[in-house]
Amino acid sequence: MDYALQVTGLAKRFDRPAVNELSFKVRAGEFYALLGPNGAGKTTSLRMVAGLLKQDQGSISVFGHDTIADPIAVKQMVAWVPDEPMIYDRLTPLEYLEFVAGLWGIPAAKAQRNANELLDWLRLAPHAYERCEGFSKGMRQKVALAGALVHDPKLIILDEPLTGLDAGSARLVKDVLLSRVEQGCSVIMTTHILEVAERMAERIGVIAGGKLIAEGTLEELRADGGRGDQSLEEIFLELVGDGDMNNAEAA
Amino acid sequence: MYYSPAVGSLGWFARHEFNLSWRDFVRMMSAGKPGREKAVMIFIALAVLVIHGIAYMFLSGEMGSIDVGTKPMLLTISGCIVLTFSLMMSQAMELVTRTFYSRSDLDLVLSSPVSEKRVFAVRIGAIAVATSMLPMLLFGSVINTLVLFDSPNWLFGYLVIFGFGALATALSLAIAVLMFKTLGAQKTRLATQIIAAIVGAGFIIGIQIAAIVSLDSMSRFSFFSSELMVSLSPGLESMLWVPARGASGDLVALLQTLVVCFAILASAIVLFAPRFGEYVIAAAGVSQTRKTNRQEAFEFQQRTNRSALIFKEWKLLLRDHWLISQSLMQILYLIPPAFMLWRGFGSADSIEAVALPILVMAAGQLAGGLAWLAISGEDAPQLVRTAPIADGMIIRAKIEAVLGAIGILVLPILVMLAFMDLAIMLIAAAGIAAASISATMIQLWFRSQANRASFRRRQTSSKVATFSEAFSSIMWAGATGLIASGYWVVSPVLIVCAFLVLWIARSFRPQQDF
Repeated sequence: MDYALQVTGLAKRFDRPAVNELSFKVRAGEFYALLGPNGAGKTTSLRMVAGLLKQDQGSISVFGHDTIADPIAVKQMVAWVPDEPMIYDRLTPLEYLEFVAGLWGIPAAKAQRNANELLDWLRLAPHAYERCEGFSKGMRQKVALAGALVHDPKLIILDEPLTGLDAGSARLVKDVLLSRVEQGCSVIMTTHILEVAERMAERIGVIAGGKLIAEGTLEELRADGGRGDQSLEEIFLELVGDGDMNNAEAA
Repeated sequence: MYYSPAVGSLGWFARHEFNLSWRDFVRMMSAGKPGREKAVMIFIALAVLVIHGIAYMFLSGEMGSIDVGTKPMLLTISGCIVLTFSLMMSQAMELVTRTFYSRSDLDLVLSSPVSEKRVFAVRIGAIAVATSMLPMLLFGSVINTLVLFDSPNWLFGYLVIFGFGALATALSLAIAVLMFKTLGAQKTRLATQIIAAIVGAGFIIGIQIAAIVSLDSMSRFSFFSSELMVSLSPGLESMLWVPARGASGDLVALLQTLVVCFAILASAIVLFAPRFGEYVIAAAGVSQTRKTNRQEAFEFQQRTNRSALIFKEWKLLLRDHWLISQSLMQILYLIPPAFMLWRGFGSADSIEAVALPILVMAAGQLAGGLAWLAISGEDAPQLVRTAPIADGMIIRAKIEAVLGAIGILVLPILVMLAFMDLAIMLIAAAGIAAASISATMIQLWFRSQANRASFRRRQTSSKVATFSEAFSSIMWAGATGLIASGYWVVSPVLIVCAFLVLWIARSFRPQQDF
């Protein structure tokens, strides 16, 4: 089986262990949700996958390329969307997308076609010539998402992409992600909105204390603990309790 | 017993404002790093001691012979007050603008059931206090020395500074409101910041150049007491001397000064505080305004990742007028010494030799500012870090963007120099390159992620970076000047010193994350 992402024995320590012997796999063309309470190590793990942090231990492989041995090949295939959109206030969405396409070395004609499609789809076309400085959080998040998709990544990593979005924007973002998965793209996403994970993800991984404590489809998670027809929320709370491992995640 | 003012009263708001201002000051001085507060206090105490020592050195010869009733003395004190006032005007305009445009607790304040007039009255008062603090610190050493060795009456000087701080606040508020009404919320911000910078720098620079022209000295004080100024000034009975008399111990003059200054501030508070909320709301709307670029068909350009980074940096720099004005303002301060060098040592055919150090110094300072913006002030660091580009390439592209911008700026001057003397042009180019590269490397070693908007406070993040950037620019400027003047033997000493400064800076560089 082809794997988009293979994480093996991953560990990262700040003032205390943030990620501890974490292992999981995301299949090619799969939508994978990574759930966990605050401070569980979700963001730290994804930042290591995206190449923003170096792991203390373990390995990360994206479509067979190791993130440490071959970082450029990995980055060429990956897009990272953080929870707080980081865009340039003084660029317009079109200029931002042109810059991102330049970073990823996408031919100008293809990048322009992709950019126009994405701006239309995300309903940003009317604002394509406005600088991002006055954009709302939702619009900024959509610009960041367009930037992540303009170079046709094979693996999209999203950290809480729906936080702070209105219902319409959230729906658009979800539609865009599902459409990419249909086209063969792999997605790994963290979210605190369990309904989103329940509806969108093919498989769900639950981490707590930096370790994977459960993984599978919703049916598999139900079957594993003899949980009948419990909702994901009930399963999640049963797995992690109501403990909040605040702050470690902030690292 | 601990006094706690009634909730919602003026005193309660004043205490809240004081707490916020104090924490903001400590955070700025300690660059937000915990545990540095003590070190900051020790540094401030040492700085205060040093400036007191300098003040004593300057004033020790005059002690016992100060006659405050003479025109030269009144002129000198009045000159100091005017200089201080220009500094306070600049600072008050900056603070008023910042209060207008900073949302911070605006929503909380305006949605709370307390009188917004009261809140903004306290806020205007806080600006007056904050505006007076720096001049008090600067002139405090002079006042204290005079109090200790001449007369305790000089303590009135503090009150005069505070009075003029109140006046500067009132005038700044009036100017800002006037600009709000005429220019609108969007343009007022940039306009007031530019006016504040010009008021702060322009007056000092103007006085220095006037002093150089008339006395061949950079001392503003000697200019104030010069025969020219004495002959131009009004008689001793004039009302213009009232603040100077007040500062030097005349109680009636002091009261007259304070009554006028605080009456104007009180009028400004009564007039503007009730509508302050409206202005702040209008200013807050500016951040929601979307600037539209021309809507002609936007064609994506084929670029390598390196050139994409460079063009992005240039585009952002060109669109940030305020940052450009702040960077170029550094060059303004170099005009008086350049002018003095030219007058003191320059002849028609050697202007280029004395002007080179200024050019090199300016290039170094400018490169430091631009390098900070490009390297530390990256607004989307995660995007750039996750791009399929080697880390080294990202850094190289940013350095090229900075040096390219400096190159474009100095190119016309170098062309002019080339027409005058090719060798001098080559020496200038080498000096500019060395100073710019040094400043850029220092910013690279001390990079720390920050918002571009924190450019104003970039120098608080590392004192080592600030000082080494300044010292390396000075060394390269000196070396360039000496080489251009033909002093080949001495110049290597400065070049070695420049490398030494770089080596020390590199040794102190913080550990960088992955």
